[in-house]
Amino acid sequence: MNRKGVHVKIDELKTDIGAIKNLEISIGKLFEEKWAEPMGPTPFPSLTTLREWDMKLLKRYKPFYMPLCDLCCLCTFGKCDLTGNKRGACGIDMAGQQSRIVLLACCIGAATHTGHARHLVEHLIEKYGRNYPLDVGGLNVQVEAPVTRLVCGIKPETLGDLEEILDYVETQITHLLSVVHTGQEGYNLDFESKVLHAGMVDHVGMEVADIAQIAAYGFPKADPEAPLVDLGFGTINVEKPVILCIGHNVVPSVGIIDYMKDNGFDGEIEVCGLCCTSHDITRYYKRGKIIGPISWQLRFIRSGVPDVVVLDEQCIRTDSFYEAQRIKAPVIVASEKNCMGLPNCTNDPADQIVEDLVSGKTPGALILDPEKVGEVAVKVALKVAPLRKKFKVIPEVDEVLRRSKECRQCNDCRRACPQDLEIPKAMKAAAQGSLKELADLYDLCVGCGRCEEACPVGLPVHSFIVKAGEKKLKEETYKVRAGRGAIQDVEIRNVGSPIVLGEIPGVIAVVGCANYPKGGLEVAEICREFANRRYIVVTSGCAAMSAGMYKDEEGKTLYEVFTGEFSSGCLVNVGSCVSNAHIAGAAIKIANIFAKRNLRANYEEIADYILNRVGAVGVAWGAYSQKAASIAGGFWRLGVPVVVGPHGTKYRRMLLGRADREEDWYVYDARTGEKVYVGPAPEHLFYAAETKEEAIVMIAKLCMRPNDTTKGRAIKLTHYIDLHKRLYGTMPEDIHLFVRTIADIPVTMKDEIIRILEEKGWKETVIPDPTLLPRLIRKRKE
Amino acid sequence: MAAEPWQTAEIPGPKKAMVITKPEVAAVMIKKAKRPIMIVGHKAAEIAFEDKKLIDFVIELARKAKIPIVATAHITSEFLIRGYKPDGWMPAVDIGNRLTDPAWTGLDGNGPYDLALFLGLPYYMEWTILNGLKHFAPHVKTVTLDNVYQPNASWSFPNISLEDWFENLKVIIEKVEGGI
Repeated sequence: MNRKGVHVKIDELKTDIGAIKNLEISIGKLFEEKWAEPMGPTPFPSLTTLREWDMKLLKRYKPFYMPLCDLCCLCTFGKCDLTGNKRGACGIDMAGQQSRIVLLACCIGAATHTGHARHLVEHLIEKYGRNYPLDVGGLNVQVEAPVTRLVCGIKPETLGDLEEILDYVETQITHLLSVVHTGQEGYNLDFESKVLHAGMVDHVGMEVADIAQIAAYGFPKADPEAPLVDLGFGTINVEKPVILCIGHNVVPSVGIIDYMKDNGFDGEIEVCGLCCTSHDITRYYKRGKIIGPISWQLRFIRSGVPDVVVLDEQCIRTDSFYEAQRIKAPVIVASEKNCMGLPNCTNDPADQIVEDLVSGKTPGALILDPEKVGEVAVKVALKVAPLRKKFKVIPEVDEVLRRSKECRQCNDCRRACPQDLEIPKAMKAAAQGSLKELADLYDLCVGCGRCEEACPVGLPVHSFIVKAGEKKLKEETYKVRAGRGAIQDVEIRNVGSPIVLGEIPGVIAVVGCANYPKGGLEVAEICREFANRRYIVVTSGCAAMSAGMYKDEEGKTLYEVFTGEFSSGCLVNVGSCVSNAHIAGAAIKIANIFAKRNLRANYEEIADYILNRVGAVGVAWGAYSQKAASIAGGFWRLGVPVVVGPHGTKYRRMLLGRADREEDWYVYDARTGEKVYVGPAPEHLFYAAETKEEAIVMIAKLCMRPNDTTKGRAIKLTHYIDLHKRLYGTMPEDIHLFVRTIADIPVTMKDEIIRILEEKGWKETVIPDPTLLPRLIRKRKE
Repeated sequence: MAAEPWQTAEIPGPKKAMVITKPEVAAVMIKKAKRPIMIVGHKAAEIAFEDKKLIDFVIELARKAKIPIVATAHITSEFLIRGYKPDGWMPAVDIGNRLTDPAWTGLDGNGPYDLALFLGLPYYMEWTILNGLKHFAPHVKTVTLDNVYQPNASWSFPNISLEDWFENLKVIIEKVEGGI
């Protein structure tokens, strides 16, 4: 750490000239230079510091706006009709309004991660002290916080050092949020630049959160062999009391696990989780279990298996308290951000809260002390389990068959379903005695419950689907590798060269939420496809769970088949949402550790390096949240393209390249200063695929980079062409845009490709030392 | 059936698609267009009626009206299996983006399109792309030939049954015969 505040506190001091009591002196910040690397050009960047870089990206990857709403209703001038790019009362046009809403979403996402990080850091400092060291991988991880080093230009060493980083991030988010106020920014590309800024600081916030919890809680520290842990409904021993934790902030779950261990209940109770909290539970406690992604909330609560439901923060269904009440399971809410209308019992005696919850005097309690959450949750689970006897609200088969006859075939459920599932048809079949059609929907259902809200006769449609698919639900017994955290420096050294030269064809990060267009199996299929092809495949969050919810012919999950080492043909789970920062960190470390580019506050150069040389692609197949938007924003600014599923069009805009516009695809050759055409590589920065097949082909294409060696490009082209032929049934039509020299052509396809090149009038070009930054040109053209 | 969004919550803005009450209306628009293009999503290979799939009607329409096709997603292979090579294939958002550019000279380099026919995309994706065109491509008229109301198109069928839909498509094919 090189920037420190000095704080002196004197309780009592007696001297010859008098006595001093309760004296506190604070001195702003001092520089304490321990880090030999020189400070780069952009430490702690403000909203406009990296604007020039953003505009380079936005010039090539222009926004394509697809409004989700034609109006603006953010101020009392409105509603304003912006149809056809008309301007509203404040003067904003449709393009500006769309980018403004994207910025708002990214601010929400960044604030959510950063609020999470702030809570974690404050709690861990209180528990372990400001001087607790940030060990996230021992000697294997010397670059402990690559995103922070890159953005802020400082090197955090202790928990206390993280506070100042969060101060910076919170300040930026506040400024960014103020930008969306009426009468501030008006130009869409400036909004977009600020979107990228929000994404960048979001990654700093995520990194802070994860390195704090890894260091303090002893999570796996960049461990390629992090343990395989249980995943799936079927892994829960329903004979035991079950505590279900939902959300993202593991602090209360740690309170539960610690209390259980300290008081001899380890093994007596099942502690399981939904969404990212469950990842972090298993990073802390090997016996912890992951039920599944966010979309499993309704089905698991309604199954009656949980005896106590503990809610922390983020991605929690806001009706989970109501749903838990239906199965007579007491609820503990453990975050100030999510009080659910419950009384604050934080200062009440634990046994009193237990008594009130067990007796049903109160159905839930707000407890803001994680240790007390632990004690109360464990005691309540033990006492309430024998009373409630896994009371459930999933109907029996005869009820499904009987009540499905009440269905009017009005289609309201289908029209409410995000996936347009053919629910009326399945209800008709159920009314005729067959549950097969409903059971088939189980695999595709994202568990939103909108079908039930829409049903005019009040049928519990989602519960019907879950009942019909109950056999599958109970057979969900999988393994996922616990989140390993960062990528080791030595792993980066091993793969840096083959990635940059293109010999490892790409790094595919399959991340994000569970709003899948055709079920979670597609995520596993994408992971398997690229791991089999020897790409580096990295996962996190709900996508990491979906990747594990598939078994091969030998009954093995993908995590049992592929290595957890960051190497060719791997499947690496970095952990929860906030662990996404390690994926960005790995790309940054390739530039720093392998290529020896200065990291410290040197954002533009590192991003330029990644854009032109590191064939990394993010895939958020079921992205739904504002957090997913800001995470993507952080990748965009680093030059990493992101692919989302079809629902991703609802993020309101894409950042698309135009392969047909040759003028968009020139870079400088840093050796000569010449401008060189490099083809559309990567073609898009943010793009929604319609189907899994389309996504797979595009992912392979987006891995191409101007710096690829001929051998590397030939390998990448082989995969692109092979996938295109298999999934599209023909040769790609744009192959000539990616062949720079004859040596790029895969040997086995030479004749076929040369024929195409001749037809297209292809001309050979050179492979430059590519950069978009004129200042990196070593020898200027005369 | 009603001219209201198929997905209930996809409420449009003040400007909504005109309703195609008779298939002849769509046929006239196709015939009057100078530079039409048809964007066909992957669902065209999934939706079946009697012994034919939607893609079979699409191919027949494209051939008879001489309309170029952009196949989106992976439906290209389904066209090729049927002996029909689409004029181009690209992601749906890519073709949507290109259509907003009045300077784009099209797949053949002969100039911008004035009519874009859509069908076979996921409802919500078509909804958002059509809205992008509604606001940012005033030079392109959009028509959806799906059987669900797409409020952001210039013209759309209301929500109609599969039977009525395929009957309407047959009429359109019959009326455009001979090309434009």
